[in-house]
Amino acid sequence: MFVTSAFAQESAPATTEGDTHSATGVPAEAHGAFPPFDPATFPSQLLWLAITFGLFYLFLKRVVMPRVGGIIDVRNDRISKDLDQASKLKGEADAAVAAYEQELAEAKKNANSIGQQATDAAKAEADTARKKIEAALDQKLGEAEARIASIKASAMKEVGGIAEDTASEIVEALVGGKASKAEVAAAVKSVAR
Amino acid sequence: MAADKVDPIHQFHIIKLIPINIGGYDLSFTNSALFMVATVVVAAGFLFLTTSSRSLVPGRLQSVSEMAYEFVGNMLRDAAGTQGMKFFPLVFSLFMFVLVANLLGLFPYFFTITSHIIVTFGLAILVIATVIVYGFMKHGLGFLKLFVPKGVPLVMMVLVVPIEVISFVSRPVSLSVRLFANMLAGHITLKVFSGFVVSLSALGALGIAGSILPLAMAVALTALELLVALLQAYVFAVLTCMYLNDALHPSH
Repeated sequence: MFVTSAFAQESAPATTEGDTHSATGVPAEAHGAFPPFDPATFPSQLLWLAITFGLFYLFLKRVVMPRVGGIIDVRNDRISKDLDQASKLKGEADAAVAAYEQELAEAKKNANSIGQQATDAAKAEADTARKKIEAALDQKLGEAEARIASIKASAMKEVGGIAEDTASEIVEALVGGKASKAEVAAAVKSVAR
Repeated sequence: MAADKVDPIHQFHIIKLIPINIGGYDLSFTNSALFMVATVVVAAGFLFLTTSSRSLVPGRLQSVSEMAYEFVGNMLRDAAGTQGMKFFPLVFSLFMFVLVANLLGLFPYFFTITSHIIVTFGLAILVIATVIVYGFMKHGLGFLKLFVPKGVPLVMMVLVVPIEVISFVSRPVSLSVRLFANMLAGHITLKVFSGFVVSLSALGALGIAGSILPLAMAVALTALELLVALLQAYVFAVLTCMYLNDALHPSH
């Protein structure tokens, strides 16, 4: 900027000289002065500035600024309205979610109790069935044991008979002569003891 | 003619297009007035046409208008509070007028109205006159508290009050000179470097090769001037907001 103003000062006198010599295309009101400081142009510039700027001011104040302000106000209204609407909708959505979750929790609880009941019932049924089967099995077991005992008893009885026969035959073969049946039976019984 | 081409002041000349003379005053419609009209038409036309559809979801151009509107609105609200919003039309028109005038001035062969001190001074006086008139209307003589800072010993007042007065009086000067000098200096620099390109390339092949440097410089300066055009419009608007704040709240 400093360089520039120095240039301006240097070139200003040169210009005025050139102007006065050539005087071509140089307006008469310049009078060789530096144009922005030429007081001869002041009244006309001030007048036209007042006219143009005055009209500009009125136009902006009356037409443009209400319009632009209106546009911006309308937009702000619209935005705040939309935001209100959005927050309302969000509240509704939140309420719906809460209700859904509550229902879900209740349903879960119901499902749990139903399941519990079902398992209990099934367990009881299984228990009774098991007891019945066990009783039947016990009975069969008892019968089988009784049978085994009787078979065992009869077998033992027969074993006694066979031993007596065998003993009497052995006695016959060894000693010759017959041993009385009662003696043999007594002997076998004493050995078997 | 060669001298005319590289004359960096030529762009600031006022040319009468329609001579008007009333009561001894030269009130001609000049190229300056033409570009004031152009600035107003472009700025008002842009704002009017881009917002004509009143879309809820703005297009690109409508966003530009809305952004400018909200930018200036926030600037004013930050500086002067909600009470300051009654000056919104004034600050917004000042901002748009200076901005579009600066931007239009960047086009080659276009006249830059903000490079004339009388124009920027006129706008600055408008601001300061608004501050003074509104300040006295709202606060009466209490507006003079602006020049009497709180908590300063009475002895110091002799020194402080004149300083405050001087600083207040210099406001329109600094406000107008800042904008004017920036635009003037930038346009002279641009013209000088562009002039180098022209005069160097007249020197034959070597000159054309040498003119690449000032050409690159002119391109870079154009970008810089674009920034300056935006920045100065912003600075003008911000300072306007701060001065208006003084009118609303004089005791600081």
